[in-house]
Amino acid sequence: MQRSATSAIIRAPTKAIYRRLGDNAFQTVVVGLGITIMLLAITLAWVLLRDGWEPLRIFGFLGFLTGTTWDPVQNDYGTWPFIVGTLITSVAGLALSFFPALGVAIFTAEYAPRWLASIIDTIVDLLAAIPSVVVGIWGIFVLVPFLQNNVYLPVYFWTFEHAPQLLPVLGAPAGYNLVTATIVLALMIVPYTAALARDSIRLVPRSQREAARALGATRWEVMRMAVIPYARGGIVAGAILSFGRAIGETMAVAMLVGNSNTLPFTLFGPAATMPSVIVNEFREAVENLHLASLMTVGFYLFLISLVVNLIAAWMQRRYTVGGRAL
Amino acid sequence: MAVTTTPTAPRRTRLAEVTPANLRRRYLRDRVMIGLLVLATLVVLIPLLVIVWYVISNGIQAVLEPTFWTSDLGSPARALSGRETGLGHTVLGTLVVDGLALLIAVPIGIGAGIMLSEYPDHPLNPALRILNDTLNGMPAILKGLLAFALIVKPMGTFSGLSGGVALAFVMLPIVARATEGVLRIIPWSIREAGLALGLPRWRVVLNTVLPAARVGVVTGVLIAFARAAGEAAPLLFTAFGNNFFSSAPLRYLTGPVDTLPARLYSLAISPYREWHAMGWGAGVVLLGFVIVTFVVSRFATRQRHQADM
Repeated sequence: MQRSATSAIIRAPTKAIYRRLGDNAFQTVVVGLGITIMLLAITLAWVLLRDGWEPLRIFGFLGFLTGTTWDPVQNDYGTWPFIVGTLITSVAGLALSFFPALGVAIFTAEYAPRWLASIIDTIVDLLAAIPSVVVGIWGIFVLVPFLQNNVYLPVYFWTFEHAPQLLPVLGAPAGYNLVTATIVLALMIVPYTAALARDSIRLVPRSQREAARALGATRWEVMRMAVIPYARGGIVAGAILSFGRAIGETMAVAMLVGNSNTLPFTLFGPAATMPSVIVNEFREAVENLHLASLMTVGFYLFLISLVVNLIAAWMQRRYTVGGRAL
Repeated sequence: MAVTTTPTAPRRTRLAEVTPANLRRRYLRDRVMIGLLVLATLVVLIPLLVIVWYVISNGIQAVLEPTFWTSDLGSPARALSGRETGLGHTVLGTLVVDGLALLIAVPIGIGAGIMLSEYPDHPLNPALRILNDTLNGMPAILKGLLAFALIVKPMGTFSGLSGGVALAFVMLPIVARATEGVLRIIPWSIREAGLALGLPRWRVVLNTVLPAARVGVVTGVLIAFARAAGEAAPLLFTAFGNNFFSSAPLRYLTGPVDTLPARLYSLAISPYREWHAMGWGAGVVLLGFVIVTFVVSRFATRQRHQADM
């Protein structure tokens, strides 16, 4: 079939007009589609800024950023509590997941036999595709009751008796809280971090490993002295990309973080993040200023994600060894 | 601390210190590290597999109920009084919204991928690459806000159309990147062969390069689809949700429509035990949707690898 199609093309007379016109039209269409994507990215920033302009005008760029009250009743808005919530959960989630993820990556890339590595790789990639809401429903009905009964309450009571000065940090255990959100975030980004770290470890040339082995290094020493230093840039860039994922992770966090708009957040008390407040309040926002303020929160979320992604891209370029892109 | 039995050994590097005690310590450390790596792997895989297991075991019963697929949800009273209720309208709405998203995202994404790989010298390419990556890195919820501002506000109503567009925004950058990636590994000699036969450039791309990369492009589309099909955040303020089958087929595009991820969310946070059970059921369907897509794409990739060998 392929062959007959090709020969038909060859037999067809190729008039100059057909070639010129076809090429020009094709290129125009393709470039037009490319420009559509570029316009989309620009429109995203522009729309968030346009629809969120009113709060920026009223409270000021820095005023809205550092405002600690979010009160739809008094029409007073500031995004600081959500930035704090987002940063705490994302940083802690990444910290919690980074070393296990790195362990998986090293194990599958270097230690596991091929058949086992390919099974684990497939499972990790599959787990990365579990929808956020599915993790959320598991969190509500399984994880939260479990943690509340087996961790939060015992820890709270122990602290109450032995170290009451820590209680303000801990807060009254609510089940839906910062710690739960962090654990779930860590679970959600761990396959992503692992896959990115694995890819950059696989890119390390064989000669690096062979040189270290020839010096008599044990397997772990090969990893520590030859492989990990070489792949470091890619691993860190992958971790930053996962961090960007964690910042934008919405549904599971919105279902489990408890949704409290007032600082200070406590470990076991409810909190909120930037995506979670948008999801929870957008559909119920009646006041124009409330709706606009949620758009402004979206704009700040855009800026933070942009910075994180640019840093990751810069790291990848900076530490790419031997001209191979990761 | 270790007694050196070979005094001639240079002390410059750790590796050169091959004393028995030292060696034993190094081997021990090697073993311990293997243990830690296996432990890390288990720590990562087990909780996630537990999630999958919980969802399936809790939701399978709801899914096996025939009315789950044939009737719509209705008011909570229906579920509470045991009358027939289900998520048929949700599954239908999901197919409409996801299908629409594919229709929008695939041509645009593949076109942009062709621009990046087949016209590598185009002056707009660096900007396109940066903006595409930017779009890819943006949280899905912001793409929902964009679809809300671009479509829901002018139309004055939540709609399946806006939901499809929001999901298309999620898919687009992934499709574009994947297409560029697979087109680039097609050897340049294939293009030259086509050009040498006197084919115009556009026929070379459409008749030789794209067919050769077909499997890879399809895989990229499937991955993008699996990613977008699980997104709930952008759908909450575009497709919104609906408890009933729509009266006319066109209402699936012009009116509020139910989708699995968004419905799963509202069922999970509802106060009714019967709805929680259906929420788990929705989880099973959604998970099945994603897993089937994923396995198909894996299978396609594997076949390509075998064909290469």
